[in-house]
Amino acid sequence: MLSADPPRGVRRPRKRTDDVAGLGHARAGLFVAPALAIVGLFLVFPAVWTLYLGMTNYRLTGLAAAEPEFVGIDNFTQALGDDAFWSSLGLTLVFVLLSGVIGQTLLGFSVAWALRHVTGWVKTLIETLVLAAWVIPASVASFLWLALLDRRNGTLNELLGTDGMAWLIEYPMASIIVFNIWVGTAFSMLLFSSALAAVPPSQMESARMVGATSWQQLRDVVVPNIKGHILTNTLLITLWTFNTFTPYLLTAGGPRGESEILAVYIYRTAIPGGQLGMGAAISLIMLVINLVIALGYLRVARGTGTKS
Amino acid sequence: MSAITTTALVKEYPGGVRGVDGIDVTIEDGEFFALLGPSGCGKTTLLRSIAGLEAITEGTLHIGERDVTNAQPGERGVAMVFQDYALFPHMDVGDNIAYPLKIRKVGRTERRKTATGIANGLSLDGLIERRPGQLSGGQQQRVALARAVATRPEVLLLDEPLSNLDARLRLEARTFLKELQRDLGVTTVFVTHDQAEALALADRIAVMKSGKLQQLGTPREVFGRPLNTFVAGFIGSTPMNLVTTTVADGGVRVGTATVPLPATAEGKVADGAAVVWGARPEYLRWSREPVDGGIPAEVSVTENLGASVLVSAHSGDVRLQLVLGEDDEPSPGDTGWVVATARRSLLFDAATTELIG
Repeated sequence: MLSADPPRGVRRPRKRTDDVAGLGHARAGLFVAPALAIVGLFLVFPAVWTLYLGMTNYRLTGLAAAEPEFVGIDNFTQALGDDAFWSSLGLTLVFVLLSGVIGQTLLGFSVAWALRHVTGWVKTLIETLVLAAWVIPASVASFLWLALLDRRNGTLNELLGTDGMAWLIEYPMASIIVFNIWVGTAFSMLLFSSALAAVPPSQMESARMVGATSWQQLRDVVVPNIKGHILTNTLLITLWTFNTFTPYLLTAGGPRGESEILAVYIYRTAIPGGQLGMGAAISLIMLVINLVIALGYLRVARGTGTKS
Repeated sequence: MSAITTTALVKEYPGGVRGVDGIDVTIEDGEFFALLGPSGCGKTTLLRSIAGLEAITEGTLHIGERDVTNAQPGERGVAMVFQDYALFPHMDVGDNIAYPLKIRKVGRTERRKTATGIANGLSLDGLIERRPGQLSGGQQQRVALARAVATRPEVLLLDEPLSNLDARLRLEARTFLKELQRDLGVTTVFVTHDQAEALALADRIAVMKSGKLQQLGTPREVFGRPLNTFVAGFIGSTPMNLVTTTVADGGVRVGTATVPLPATAEGKVADGAAVVWGARPEYLRWSREPVDGGIPAEVSVTENLGASVLVSAHSGDVRLQLVLGEDDEPSPGDTGWVVATARRSLLFDAATTELIG
């Protein structure tokens, strides 16, 4: 029989704590404190500061730069009542949908799917090329694209024999969409490569044995198996594409705001436009949209009950 | 229902490794056929070649009258149950079973009806709505079998059908499989590394090693008259005693004694020939009295096998193992005589390892 009392001479076990690690609240709190401090300093504080700025008429220069006045929700109502904001939001949604959700996801998945049986140097070469687009600094990448799309002697015009075509002016949205697909495909490709590697080969072969076509294998075996990965990928890509500023380096939002996605719109309002308070207000709206998107995905992810 | 014929079948991997190296086998219509061998012997590769999951490098494969050497897996009339069952985790049992019908564009109500019928036949009643993750190993296997037979295939392939089950369930599933195969009468090929499984289930066994066929025969033939020392050592729960020795005085030198030649080897060997003498532990007796042709030996270890005892005895530097009934077991240290029956012992050529008689 086990006795409740420890025998004499044996040290009493330390008082049990109710947390898993057995540290006690005080010491556990001490361990997470540095992380919490950093999160607070670099995430919570800027967010709160943005909220504050958004409610002032803070400007880059002039009187309001020295003594900003509190204006309440004026900035927000003004932004939401401004056609420029709504047109920018519309462009952003098109940009996210075409370049992120559809372009990067589909292209990344296609490359991963095509490469799943390829091994050796061919695979390494293609992966390196795709990855290069991702790891090249944005300033360098945009310079490469400016050279590619240049009106005079641009590589694309040389290839197509369309000398004098100003792609960035004639097709600004198409240009930044293709550019962003080019930049971001690597991430989807890597994520889907590992996801596809985790699909049990025997399930694919079971489908093949009953005569399923590649399309049916994809629909019935692959997609259900990697549903979690697809959601994660779409969430990350959506947020990244929503917030990206790099297209500014290609078109600067122009011509006439035709490629002025939200991040660019905020920049142009806040810095060249000098309205820091207004910029902060739109930033906060953008943050809320991000949160809504993220929560929406999480809901879907939980609803499907998938792992990963 | 159809026979399967392979002619000089070769599966060569890039780099020149031959998984299957020139196999000629005819598997009869309705037969329960085992591919047996140690891991890496090519048995699974052969099964997958029949399935169409591996492209055949050389030779031909016929199912029934049809040449299916280059046919797609779905066009061969072949169904396969994988070692891990490969059930689709996101579909319920009914959808899993009816999946082949879905590919064949059978309507949903019809599919559901067929699935329910098959499931009931395999004692899966009431589990149609469950997900595979909610089933036991044995039930999962039956779902996989149900999916395989849903399309009434001409040939059923099973990859290590019992290896994912625990020991007790394995016996149950073994009997179940044999009954199912008999009821369906479908030509069935299964792969196993477990000789006991092959002996218990199969009508005929193909023993393979390094991509080559070692012996093709009924369980009785493979067990009783292995064609070479590899098969002799591989088949049997306790390995056959194989003693490398020479023929002398019209008998075989085993340990400190000379035993008579096996009945079937008489007249086939001359004195001085290098041979391997083989006798199954189950076919050896133990005698406390001297016996003519008996091998004097001292018991070193005894291992209890339940209703029988595995006895290891030494005669000179030769170790012999005997399986004895539980009543007349000797103890370690006992001396006595190991008695082999000439009818049940075998002689192999020491150089070629092939059976002499």
